[in-house]
Amino acid sequence: MTTTAIGTTQVYQVFVKATPEQVWDAITKPEFTSRYFYGSHVDSTFEPGAPFRSYSPDKEQLWVDGEVLESDPPRRLSHSWRALYDEELAGEQHSRVTWELEPADGGVTKLTVVHDELEGAPKTAQNVAGGWMYILSGLKTLVETGEPLA
Amino acid sequence: MLAEMHDDGLVFKALADPTRRFLLDRLFEHDGRTLTELESELDMTRFGVMKHLRVLEDAGLVVSRRSGREKLHFLNPVPIRQIHDRWIDKYTERRISALATLKGQLEEAQ
Repeated sequence: MTTTAIGTTQVYQVFVKATPEQVWDAITKPEFTSRYFYGSHVDSTFEPGAPFRSYSPDKEQLWVDGEVLESDPPRRLSHSWRALYDEELAGEQHSRVTWELEPADGGVTKLTVVHDELEGAPKTAQNVAGGWMYILSGLKTLVETGEPLA
Repeated sequence: MLAEMHDDGLVFKALADPTRRFLLDRLFEHDGRTLTELESELDMTRFGVMKHLRVLEDAGLVVSRRSGREKLHFLNPVPIRQIHDRWIDKYTERRISALATLKGQLEEAQ
């Protein structure tokens, strides 16, 4: 196992053959997140200042707690992030997740996820590093094919 | 479908060069670096490093972002994950199922 010095900013990008509106729905609607985001149900009004919450598949446990910082559908969404699915991570400070959706040539949306302000959350940084690529790969497959990753 | 093959082609082509793999490994160790920082690790002209970074960006393996006056380069592992899902999983799964079939046959034979 190689170890890596995880930075305080992480950037992930994927091109999805869909409109920004479709990608926005995949990010903000629980019927979509439950199929590519570890089964989680996102819950928010996505208005600035509103809580941003993500629940376990049975909706019993709060997995991610945060606040909507910026919301400009279907272009940009930024929210704070505190991971509660692991005790060690729950004690760390909030970090920030920003979703940027840009239309590109050929009916494709460029989706960029920036997870930053990780200075006070080094264990979270380590924890999410593998997760985001799995999530984005799953989001792309779900939006393009209507089916989750096998 | 063709577009997908084209994307995979760009990733494989980008990964086929040792200098570009070296650059990815440097970003894996320490993400979010400037061209000047990356250049200092290679015995190559600034222009040469820029060219390699361009190929990596075209393949989606590197994403550059402005931070104040600096342009920072980040490793984007998503295309590698997609190659894994498309090319590695598929063939390793078949091997595993072949082994499962063999196990079944051997156990039946007993």
